[in-house]
Amino acid sequence: MKRTPLYAAHQRLGGKLIEFGGWEMPVQYTSITDEHLAVRKAAGLFDISHMGEVLISGAGTEAFLNQTLTNDIRKLAAGQGQYTLMCNERGGVIDDLYAYRLTDCEYLLIINASRIDTDVAWLERQLAAFPRGSEVKFQNTSDTTGAVAVQGPRVVEFIGSFCHGPSTGGTPVARVTDLKKNQAGRFSFAGQPIWISRTGYTGEDGFEIVAPGQHIEAIWNQLLAAGRPYGLKPAGLGARDTLRTEVCYPLYGHELDENTTPIEAGVGFFVTLDKGEFMGRAVMAEQKAKGTGKKLVAFKMTDRSAPPRPHYAIWSTGAGAAKIGEVVSGTQSPSLGIGIGMGYVPPQFAKVNTPIEIEIRGKRAPAVLVPKPIYRKPD
Amino acid sequence: MVNVPSDLKYAKSHEWVRVSGNVAVVGITDHAQHELTDVVFVELPEVGRQIKAGDACAVVESVKTASDIYSPVSGEITEANKAVVSNPALVNTEPYASGWFYKIKLSNPAELNAMLTPEQYQAQIAGA
Repeated sequence: MKRTPLYAAHQRLGGKLIEFGGWEMPVQYTSITDEHLAVRKAAGLFDISHMGEVLISGAGTEAFLNQTLTNDIRKLAAGQGQYTLMCNERGGVIDDLYAYRLTDCEYLLIINASRIDTDVAWLERQLAAFPRGSEVKFQNTSDTTGAVAVQGPRVVEFIGSFCHGPSTGGTPVARVTDLKKNQAGRFSFAGQPIWISRTGYTGEDGFEIVAPGQHIEAIWNQLLAAGRPYGLKPAGLGARDTLRTEVCYPLYGHELDENTTPIEAGVGFFVTLDKGEFMGRAVMAEQKAKGTGKKLVAFKMTDRSAPPRPHYAIWSTGAGAAKIGEVVSGTQSPSLGIGIGMGYVPPQFAKVNTPIEIEIRGKRAPAVLVPKPIYRKPD
Repeated sequence: MVNVPSDLKYAKSHEWVRVSGNVAVVGITDHAQHELTDVVFVELPEVGRQIKAGDACAVVESVKTASDIYSPVSGEITEANKAVVSNPALVNTEPYASGWFYKIKLSNPAELNAMLTPEQYQAQIAGA
């Protein structure tokens, strides 16, 4: 198994280490519920160094990325990022990712840890077939780059003491906290350039910091020291999963895979059909116009039950009740205290408020379809 | 430091038993709750059910996994702990006290002799 630069730190903090996508990562330090609630109420710090970082630059990059990814990359100003998807010819998702324009012709893609090899092979193949390939430079920097995510309502209170600003690249800001959602800036940390973006995977305010691997441990330690007085806790992959499930963010391998399109997964908002030709466009255009065979729905258990889990059957109710689909993500929601999840069903069953049942270890338990996100911050 | 009380008997599968006359109280150990972490759901056997030693008679679910609980002893279920059903976190906070699972009227008390002493259980989890 591979280890991030924070392996020693995880051990010191009592992290329970498990295998994830070929990496030895902490699933939790104290408890998943504690860490989840810390992120919702104060702040949590995640090691995301296992994720991949690809740098693509040159005059042909914008055109190359716009025909390879579903969102419209031309929308990005320097120092701005967008959520986007990379699809195959059938519109099936190869990966979901964040794309940042760092400067006019330089882009950074943050890709899923479990998909690094597949993504890199696909991108290299697409680049080889791209007529302006000589105008594009491609670098997989995943092995030498690390990242951390600091997420929660109190992060703004202490991130300034970790990194003062102003930015030296990307979005021009005097302070890190001046970055708006999806904006990124280059900042100085111990004399080295690092990138900080106002993005996250938890549904809370927060930042993600990308830096050369040799600086990640110092970044982690300084953030922990700055944030502890405000309730910052280290948080593992277990809390990362419960947090993103509550706000219905997809996880590759669950909501998304090579046999599922962004339209079926309910993320068609990030597919720009009218930007010109891109991989998988025809299938997605047809689906947007005519509908899909399956739809991603979110549900909440309506009674105390064991947690719903991936692969559990989803049943319709009433006369003629039958298995109509499967859970792809499920858990006990730490914020709501009830089982929640997402799954795929045929579109005629996909209306909010439809009662369903989830088959949990041989017994069917009542649930109901709810709008996304399942958890919404109280106003 | 994992807690292994000296007045209990233990099963290799991490259940504990506290005997009082002909009735045993059964739960899971501090080591087991620590491995499971956040317990979110407990399913207990119905009162009156006849159990044989080794039967899977209860289920404990954490955020990440579901675990079967195997009865270390045979007998009839006399009580199921309602408190742990409505507040599963008791399994984590008080595994030997309010986090108990069920009481069983022993049909074969000799089975207790096959269980581990606190020292034997301590040795088993130290080697884990």
